[in-house]
Amino acid sequence: MFADYDEIIERISIKELWDFPGGVYPPQQKELSNRTLIERISIPDLCYVPVKQHIGVEGQLSVAIGDTVLKGQALTINDNAFAVPVHAPTSGLVVDICPHVSAHPSGTPDLCVVIKADGLDKWAELHPLKDYVSLPRADIIDAICKAGISGMGGAGFPTHIKTSDAQNLEFLIINGIECEPYISSDDRLMREHAWQIRQGIDVLVHLLNPKQVLVAIEDNKPEALETLSIACLQQTRYQVVSVPTKYPAGGEKQLVQVLTSREIPANGLPIDVGCLMFNVGTCFAIADAIVEGKPLIERVVTLTGDAFKKPQNVWARLGTPIDHLLTHGEYDTSKQKQARIIMGGPMMGFTLTSVKAPVVKITNCILAPADRELPEPEDERACIRCSACADACPATLLPQQLFWHSKAKEYEKTEEYNLFDCIECGACAYVCPSEIPLVHYYRKAKADIRLQREEKDKAEKARIRFEARQDRLLRDKEAREEKHRLAAKARNESLNQDGGAAKDKIAAALARAKAKKEALATKEKNAASGELKTSKDEPTENRKDQTDVLEKPLQDSYDGVQDAKKARVAAAVARAKAKKKAAADKANSDTQTDANGEQNK
Amino acid sequence: MKLTLKSSPHHHNRRDTGQVMRIVMYAAIPGIIAQTWYFGFGTLIQICLALGTAVVTEAAISELRKKNTERIIKDYSAALAGLLLAISIPPFAPWWLIVIGTFFSIAIVKQLYGGLGYNMFNPAMAGYVMLLISFPMQMTAWLPPIFLAEQSHNFIDALHVIFTGYTNTGFSIEQLKIGVDGSTMATPLDVLKTELSQGYTITEALQNPIFSDIYGQGWAVVSLSYLLGGLMLVKTKVISWHIPGSMLIAAFVFAGAFHLYKPDVYASSLFHLVNGSIILGAFFIATDPVSASTTNRGRIIFGAAIGIWIIIIRTWGGYPDAIAFAVLIMNMAVPLIDYYTQPRTYGHNTSVKEK
Repeated sequence: MFADYDEIIERISIKELWDFPGGVYPPQQKELSNRTLIERISIPDLCYVPVKQHIGVEGQLSVAIGDTVLKGQALTINDNAFAVPVHAPTSGLVVDICPHVSAHPSGTPDLCVVIKADGLDKWAELHPLKDYVSLPRADIIDAICKAGISGMGGAGFPTHIKTSDAQNLEFLIINGIECEPYISSDDRLMREHAWQIRQGIDVLVHLLNPKQVLVAIEDNKPEALETLSIACLQQTRYQVVSVPTKYPAGGEKQLVQVLTSREIPANGLPIDVGCLMFNVGTCFAIADAIVEGKPLIERVVTLTGDAFKKPQNVWARLGTPIDHLLTHGEYDTSKQKQARIIMGGPMMGFTLTSVKAPVVKITNCILAPADRELPEPEDERACIRCSACADACPATLLPQQLFWHSKAKEYEKTEEYNLFDCIECGACAYVCPSEIPLVHYYRKAKADIRLQREEKDKAEKARIRFEARQDRLLRDKEAREEKHRLAAKARNESLNQDGGAAKDKIAAALARAKAKKEALATKEKNAASGELKTSKDEPTENRKDQTDVLEKPLQDSYDGVQDAKKARVAAAVARAKAKKKAAADKANSDTQTDANGEQNK
Repeated sequence: MKLTLKSSPHHHNRRDTGQVMRIVMYAAIPGIIAQTWYFGFGTLIQICLALGTAVVTEAAISELRKKNTERIIKDYSAALAGLLLAISIPPFAPWWLIVIGTFFSIAIVKQLYGGLGYNMFNPAMAGYVMLLISFPMQMTAWLPPIFLAEQSHNFIDALHVIFTGYTNTGFSIEQLKIGVDGSTMATPLDVLKTELSQGYTITEALQNPIFSDIYGQGWAVVSLSYLLGGLMLVKTKVISWHIPGSMLIAAFVFAGAFHLYKPDVYASSLFHLVNGSIILGAFFIATDPVSASTTNRGRIIFGAAIGIWIIIIRTWGGYPDAIAFAVLIMNMAVPLIDYYTQPRTYGHNTSVKEK
């Protein structure tokens, strides 16, 4: 169904790439910020370094309040495969370790290490791996992890995990697309540091050994295309590809489709179709980590939007509070009726809850638009079912149906329409003539479904626990009953085993008692009248007396007599049956013999 | 500092519903001009009546429903429905016809179903069918093109006929229908139907003065003018090509097959396309987003089926033209079509095994 390696190479060489469905063409607005060099800005007095800035788990804190730290010193240890450490962005004093407003749409406080800069900005001891080619792979991967590198394009996935397992890699794709309007941090980085980006790619190539490296850059960045082409000139395996500008061409799934025609399977990974993708910023950071030994402590951040008097790109230390950047870019509050600061671009970025939120590893842009520049949406109107959203959707979903079902909370239906394949690029909401915040509805539906799943999971676990308990109780009960049964059986058996003796004793006792009584009665009778009782009456009387005295044993013996009688009858019946059967068998065997004989004939 | 919180995207392409509806109305202008040129000022008067009724009805009902009336009026959907109904009915129909029709379209077909976005049927076409069934006489009283009519008429005449039934100089609508040859004239499709039912062949029917070659005089130009506007809509991406394209192609192929089979009994494809309102229907009516299919494959099925229904009803049915019926029939099938034409989502059902 998809193109093979040779066809892809052929198509790339004649510059005829594939396309992804849908997509939109928002005004680029990149010139606002991409005309000046990336500027190095002052270090803030206080840096708030969140201990977790990637997808995965946080490392264990390795500093305490009152510690003095050097620039680049690890603040957490990666004690888990999915942990990525964070580092001190500058030298100074750890003044606090506390929750601080996060760079997240919710603003929920995250644990941060607060560092008061001492102004010296003194590096910790660095351990570059200049001769990495001669080192084992594991050492290089470990160095990447220790440098705190996670995907810098937006997702923040730990880079060392991506590099550690890649069999049969055909295409190593370096993502320099930067399709979001306004943002130009990757653009500037490529223009100014193409060489170092190439060094990073070299490291990746050494680790992953792909058949081909594709450096993809959108054709609205001709300067970056040129510089990277020059940087990659000597490497025959590297190909810099110009990709037509269309949002969201920089999405991982979309870029793989554009370059190779292949689709990453649902719930799959790029490696399933022979691809692996890294952002140019990540490559830059890898080069820093391996060649210089420098951990990730700063990144390029675009300050843009008409509310900045000086829109530009800056090197911002991780942990820099956003208001420090606003001051630097000369943010003009008069351009906004109510302050609105977006972290990220206009399509997928989120509004910050506080200007005290810190810069993190995935912060590529701070956008402060003037009110007339990106007017706030009006209230949504009724959906007119025009399907402009479906035409814009890069995942070929039906955003309108998803919207109806999300709104009606028919979550099973939303999953039937593949809600979870939505990449939240915002193309649908961008084109919606009724200005329905479609992505917002999907996020809500997704969150609700996840919650439902969790609850279902919990309920399921509770059910299993309950059933296990019921089972256990039942088992215990059965075990007890079995124990009792066995005990009773043992008792009966022991009774039966010496049963004869016991019965004899009873019988003997009875006989003795009887004899005594008879003797006594005879004596009395003889004494009283001398008459002899008829032998016929005797047993009856005797039995009556015995019944009075010892009812139970008598009954037993009586039953015994009855049983013996029954047994005799049964034996007779069985004998008769056996006789009959023998006769029948004989007849049968005769006929069978005849039959056999006939068959033989 | 208090910050505004909004969900992404923060960008919007600024083409809102009102704008979309207005563009459709503008695109109808070439057709309206041609219609006025050939059939008199009646059309313009009908449009004014329809727009007025539509807006008043929509406003009244949105007030009753306690909605934001100004916002609802400004989406221009009621105005567009009124406009489409007005250009579909005979230009000299009495004033109450369009008022009743528009009221029905907006109040019953659209608002009673929940307003914009919730109506199952195309409001203009449902209104049209209601009028056609209730007032067949008035709904079929098309005048001949002006240059073929015995009596000429001007704006004042049109006004008079619509409001009183007679022109300024006392001619009735029946008299106005008389052509230069002294016989009562009808629409090209009417003529064809009548002549065929009387045993004439297609070629003989085409001898009627209303035709020039196979093109209904005036009618063909009006159709092509709507085609112009329609192409503009496709170009500006207000509508996609799927519905008009599949509808016209299906009608062309279907009619063509029968024409090849018996050219004397079945009219040619081209005849069907230029006479009657199939082009208007394809670009302006069947493309009503609310009541049409929403997937691209679905749109092709939806459009093609409408095209085939039109030819079936025109050829074997009781009505000479059939846009409204065909559209309504297929409106009913939309939920089903949509369900079975979901596109394949990225990464699903590919040859690469899903994990």
